[in-house]
Amino acid sequence: MDFLRPASWQEALAAKAEHPTAVPIAGGTDVMVEINFDHRRPEYLIDLGRIGDLYEWEVGEDSVRLGASVPYTQIMENLRSELPGLALASHTVASPQIRNRGGVGGNLGTASPAGDAHPALLAAGAEVEVESVRGSRRIPIDDFYTGVKRNALAADELIRAVHIKKADGPQQYSKVGTRNAMVIAVCAFGLALHPETRTVRTGIGSAAPTPVRARTAEEFLDAALDEGGFWDNGKIITPSVAKQFADLCAAACNPIDDVRGTASYRRHAVGVMARRTLTWTWESYRGARRTTEGAA
Amino acid sequence: MRVNFTVNGRPQEADDVWEGESLLYVLRERLGLPGSKNACEQGECGSCTVRLDGVPVCSCLVAAGQVEGREVVTVEGLADFAKQRSCGTGTGAGACAGHTDATPDSAPQGVSLDEAKAWAARPQDSHTGEGAQLSPVQQAFIDAGAVQCGFCTPGLLVAADEMLERNPDPTDADIREALSGNLCRCTGYEKIMDAVRLAAARQGEAV
Repeated sequence: MDFLRPASWQEALAAKAEHPTAVPIAGGTDVMVEINFDHRRPEYLIDLGRIGDLYEWEVGEDSVRLGASVPYTQIMENLRSELPGLALASHTVASPQIRNRGGVGGNLGTASPAGDAHPALLAAGAEVEVESVRGSRRIPIDDFYTGVKRNALAADELIRAVHIKKADGPQQYSKVGTRNAMVIAVCAFGLALHPETRTVRTGIGSAAPTPVRARTAEEFLDAALDEGGFWDNGKIITPSVAKQFADLCAAACNPIDDVRGTASYRRHAVGVMARRTLTWTWESYRGARRTTEGAA
Repeated sequence: MRVNFTVNGRPQEADDVWEGESLLYVLRERLGLPGSKNACEQGECGSCTVRLDGVPVCSCLVAAGQVEGREVVTVEGLADFAKQRSCGTGTGAGACAGHTDATPDSAPQGVSLDEAKAWAARPQDSHTGEGAQLSPVQQAFIDAGAVQCGFCTPGLLVAADEMLERNPDPTDADIREALSGNLCRCTGYEKIMDAVRLAAARQGEAV
């Protein structure tokens, strides 16, 4: 095994081009487990820990450019207002020790269906900035996950940053596990209201071969909210609408039975989380509306 | 490969390090510092917790090559680290007056490997003040009876000490969250909570 220590992003890209099988390591919270357990013996490790740019974020007009290695702890502490869904998801990651090292770039690189960041990214809307010596491109998050632990990266590409849309409305994140800390999701659900476009986006984790959106459920809810004038009148969402939304979210799952839970439990739990997160976010939207109206 | 880094305030050099080796392995097997414990090797248990550039991490998940040029504090250096901190953060001469043996200007800072290897928990006799070799959080763990088999203790001490540095007046929820990555299979959590509360209270009195 060789341990490559590029001092700059350009050096890292050159190393990855020269050794396409090289495994990038940043926080190490996935890679080192595989090495410790002899599940993986990469020929080359590329340590990205010396590339300062990867640990920085910029808050722009419409989106946040989040460096691939920004630890979850930083996201929780610094980006709660811009990226509330991702901040909540970050808080559910493992333990403080892990959150101090792990980041979204690694979650995307591993592309596990159980990765905590994915539902939040899907719900908020994001693009993954990847680069190789051939050039840079942005992959829409909807096209990023291609299979169980597979993503759209080419062999010579590295993840540099994630561009995540700043929240324009309430966002929520919910995760089912046996306890609060150190839990791999049995299943997880992210929901974001986008009042500016009058749309709702979802993200489901750990209930299909890849993280997925519940598109039919989103379309149903968009139409129902529009039809009932909910965005304007700020009424409580009709229970039948919430139930239909929950059922469609459960139907969007394609789960398996495994040690963490059965397929039918996952489907059920996703439905429950969909209904709850919808209620939480909608109540928060209504509360914000009342405040604005009161002020006006 | 060779890895140069700082351990408990002193520069160290580890040779013949395998490229896939963890920081934990280097500390235990190459530098002879077995305080950080090796249990799960997958970041689940926290018994290998050390400070890396001040931040608590699982040393089993840090590749040895990643610590080149960086600073690590292990449980063996915790007492010294806490002492330096209490002298450095301007709590005044009073905080350091009891440690006249330490003369930072002339003696090298930090803990040598031999000192660290020889480190043993010598509880302080609160009446005579003898044997002041423990950090406040270590003393609190002993006083509260928070040590059972002792395997999780080093990781808990490092994690608890860091939390008290950041948050001198923690709520129970803060303590639980800060220690949520450290498993105790004797399930002595209540005494551990008592110990951290005690350390926080003593820290408050000292200021």
